[in-house]
Amino acid sequence: MGAARIPSRQAEVWRRLTEVNDPELDEPITEMGFVERAEVTSDGSVEIDFRLPTYWCSPNFAFLMLDGVRKALDQLSWAPAYRVKLHDHMFAEEVNRGMEAGKTFADIFVELAEDQDLGALRETFRMKAFKRRQEAVLRGLRQHGLTDREILDMDLPAYDVARFEPGEAAKQKPRYRAALLERFPDRQADDPVFVTWDGQRIPPGALGAHLAELRVVRVNMEFNGALCRGLKQTRYKELDVIEGEPTLVDFIMDRVPARAAPTA
Amino acid sequence: MFRTPEGKDIFVVDGHTHFWDGSAENQKNIHGKQFIDCFYAYHTGLSPKEQLWEKSKFEKYSADDLYRDLFIDGPDDVAIVQSTYLKDFYKNGFNTIERNAEVAKLYPERFIVNGAFDPRDGEKALEYIHFLKETYDVKGVKMYTAEWNGASKGWKLTDPDAYKCFELCDKLGIRNIHVHKGPTILPLSKDAFDVHDVDHAATDFQGLNWIIEHCGLPRLDDFCWIATQETNVYGGLAVALPFIHSRPRYFGEVIAELLFWLGPEKILFGSDYAIWTPRWLVEKFWAYQIPDDIAAERGVQLTDEIKEKILGLNAARLYDIDIDAKTKALAGSAFSIAAE
Repeated sequence: MGAARIPSRQAEVWRRLTEVNDPELDEPITEMGFVERAEVTSDGSVEIDFRLPTYWCSPNFAFLMLDGVRKALDQLSWAPAYRVKLHDHMFAEEVNRGMEAGKTFADIFVELAEDQDLGALRETFRMKAFKRRQEAVLRGLRQHGLTDREILDMDLPAYDVARFEPGEAAKQKPRYRAALLERFPDRQADDPVFVTWDGQRIPPGALGAHLAELRVVRVNMEFNGALCRGLKQTRYKELDVIEGEPTLVDFIMDRVPARAAPTA
Repeated sequence: MFRTPEGKDIFVVDGHTHFWDGSAENQKNIHGKQFIDCFYAYHTGLSPKEQLWEKSKFEKYSADDLYRDLFIDGPDDVAIVQSTYLKDFYKNGFNTIERNAEVAKLYPERFIVNGAFDPRDGEKALEYIHFLKETYDVKGVKMYTAEWNGASKGWKLTDPDAYKCFELCDKLGIRNIHVHKGPTILPLSKDAFDVHDVDHAATDFQGLNWIIEHCGLPRLDDFCWIATQETNVYGGLAVALPFIHSRPRYFGEVIAELLFWLGPEKILFGSDYAIWTPRWLVEKFWAYQIPDDIAAERGVQLTDEIKEKILGLNAARLYDIDIDAKTKALAGSAFSIAAE
């Protein structure tokens, strides 16, 4: 166990972290700059500091990402102890404590989450990622001059040999492949590669309408992505603790006297 | 008034502006600080570099700044100034109607002051709506469904208490209901900015106009679908429009969707001042064309005629602004203020 191993382990940590996506954006958390620090210490343990673009980011998204980080770290080759810390978030304390204890989202937010169904949320995000990735590849193939019929007849072996210039389609090609196989694990190799999320074939005459539907999914995701990037860049980095002020939990648990309604 | 490079005068109604106090002195707690910091990050994230403000000015700007940025340096003819109380975060509120009305009193031709209420206040909310009408004769209100109130972290337009409030608005002729539906934040499990409640409220209150700020982004598909079904649902461009600078192609995709689904009569300009100032937004918007491939795919164009509607004619219709009379009343007013 020596310091010499640290650089390669460090690289392994980052490699694993790039596999974790922001579920809302379908972009790696490392590209979004959410991982502020990932360190392998001299005893082999791992420390991760995590910061989202705003204090207000949805805690369920925050949890999904941190849970992804947890799973990524569980796969490290030397099975280290690790600490993951969320900074500067309105639920940072609750999440950090819960993560440390290995709790689920529902356990952490037992009093707050009510009917929270993270399973359904994950499924929605998987669908959005599938559509966004598919759109990028479809548009890339069209740009390449393939006819709609050629595109829609494509099977996986044909897909795998297709090559794109560097750009969005090239970036999304392996990601769409992964999403397709995850969605349809029992598909046959000669099944068409481009189908709807429900597994329906797309008739060549309907590709335009299908793309229009996919476009809006991406427009929504890009809106979040662009805002998050902008916000993240300008995020103030200091940590604030104001003694004696009510915390968020105080508000939620109604331990703060309700404000008077505005009166005439 | 915006004068185009061809010399045509365009009447501009800025549908979404603020006169806030987010200063440290007014912050009640960490949430107040984080709230204005988040706004400032929007400002720095999407503004052209030469338009950036110092943080201290952004936190609290003067009535003179407001007037100058909108009407002297800026092209606005009339600005709708929205009220957002956030009294759980700010000692004196963030931008209350009292604060807005004070500045509007100085320039009554220029400002339309909108009120705000919180249906969760129950009976008090109803009393407050009467007060807003009698005291300020409001024509519109701004609803912020994610606002906290005691233990509640958000509400829906379809809540029974909300319906009582809208019934009263309808009765009193407060016709324009601006609803903030924007980027995803709180609360926990339920998305307070989900747009589906608009569908029901708009169906049930046909006499009211529902102006969905930020076009429901990032739920543009849901919003477009609803706005297509409901003739009384409008989209406000605040937050969507600044992308015209940083990501013009992306803005093209958004505006093409809106034109395709809602049509040119139901889209309203808004700067979201002081997050952004109207001058550069209007200049860039006037010069903008949707990229050919996107326009062709959706079969829409952003013509000068359509831009004129979006910049002012549509909002003038909703707020009963007689453009000729208003233009006459405003003639020369900028100079009299500038000379002060």
